[in-house]
Amino acid sequence: MIEFTLWDIVRNLLLATRWTVLLSLAAFVGGALVGMAVLFFRISKNNWSRRLASGYIALFQGTPLLMQLFLMFFGLPMLGLRIEPWTAAVLGLTFFASAYLAEIWRSGVDALPLGQWDAGASLGLHYLQELRLIILPQAFSITRAPTVGFLVQLIKSTALTSIIGFEELVRTSNAINNATFEPFKVYGLVALIFFLMCFPLTQYARRLERRGPGR
Amino acid sequence: MAFGWLPGALGDIAHGAATTILLIAVTTLAGTLLSILGAAGRRNGPAPLRHAIAWYVEVMRNTPFLVQLFFIFFGLPSLGIRLDPILAAMLAMTLNMAAYTIEIVGAGLDAVPHGQTEAALALGLRPRQVFVKIVLPQALKVIYPALTSQIVIMMLESAVVSQIAVRELTYEADMLQARTFRSFETYFVVTLVYLGLSMALRRLLVTGGRRALGAGVS
Repeated sequence: MIEFTLWDIVRNLLLATRWTVLLSLAAFVGGALVGMAVLFFRISKNNWSRRLASGYIALFQGTPLLMQLFLMFFGLPMLGLRIEPWTAAVLGLTFFASAYLAEIWRSGVDALPLGQWDAGASLGLHYLQELRLIILPQAFSITRAPTVGFLVQLIKSTALTSIIGFEELVRTSNAINNATFEPFKVYGLVALIFFLMCFPLTQYARRLERRGPGR
Repeated sequence: MAFGWLPGALGDIAHGAATTILLIAVTTLAGTLLSILGAAGRRNGPAPLRHAIAWYVEVMRNTPFLVQLFFIFFGLPSLGIRLDPILAAMLAMTLNMAAYTIEIVGAGLDAVPHGQTEAALALGLRPRQVFVKIVLPQALKVIYPALTSQIVIMMLESAVVSQIAVRELTYEADMLQARTFRSFETYFVVTLVYLGLSMALRRLLVTGGRRALGAGVS
């Protein structure tokens, strides 16, 4: 039997952390892009596209992320796509993140006084220009704290992709635990690694919140 | 897509859903109680207790629930504490939820004007009576919507406890799809059950809260 020293465990966990970080970043970027699209629908003047976006958001916020990942993992092959755990993980977390980010940014848009839209219109800007130059920059700026807060939630959510077989921190720790039989130490270290990733972001979000909107 | 297996599976799905409801009911009660104690301790307790609670909240909020669950279920036996899967799940869910609701309840306690405490003390109520009868009901009323969202989030998060073989909704789905080879359809149906559960739970909490705590709860 191979002996695992503490350093062996830590080294393997840190190597697996790369994938957790990479997945979090990919899902955050993807979620931001799709979330922008959902936001456009959500704040559109058309009743039906607003309703469609609300339904999309309610669907992702009203079902477990684990189910969403399973549906990606088993559903895409039915459409004839060969799918790896990595693809299912990125796509699943992307759609999950898009719903939450769209809702967070929508609250920012709603918080702006209507006069901002009127002022934009009176300057002769059309709808897209108003959004791009006036509304969205302010909406993003006042929702910076909850956006960072959601990033923390997203990082923690990557743990679930271990269940559909993506080789990230938690899945690696399961394998190490099966070899070493030291669950207390292994899962304690995993918790510590997650904490070291999330805690600075939580503190940053808290500082943003305290400093208030804008600057 | 084929749903021929569905009629025969309804019993299992209902059984799993019942376990999920049991889990969230226990977690809601125990978690809320724990968070009231935690929030009170964080405000009025001795300094070491205050720091301990603050760190507890930070640690739980910055680590994934799945890891907490594995730590409790697989890690604690090496300290001699061996728990049933369902007990481990209830413990993990309660501890996780309390970390979030301690903050929520604390915000509610802070929102009650200090004059309320002074007035109650002036009327001769003992400090504990002041907390239980005057401050806490007002605080709960303020935070009720936030508490409701947290309970629904916890219900959705409970899908994860299937990983330690608690026979709840997701676990039943795993078993069903292994039997029927209809993975997508099985998870699709179960996802709809979760959606229905979360909508019903929210509706129930909102109407229940309106009745118990009075107006002001939407």
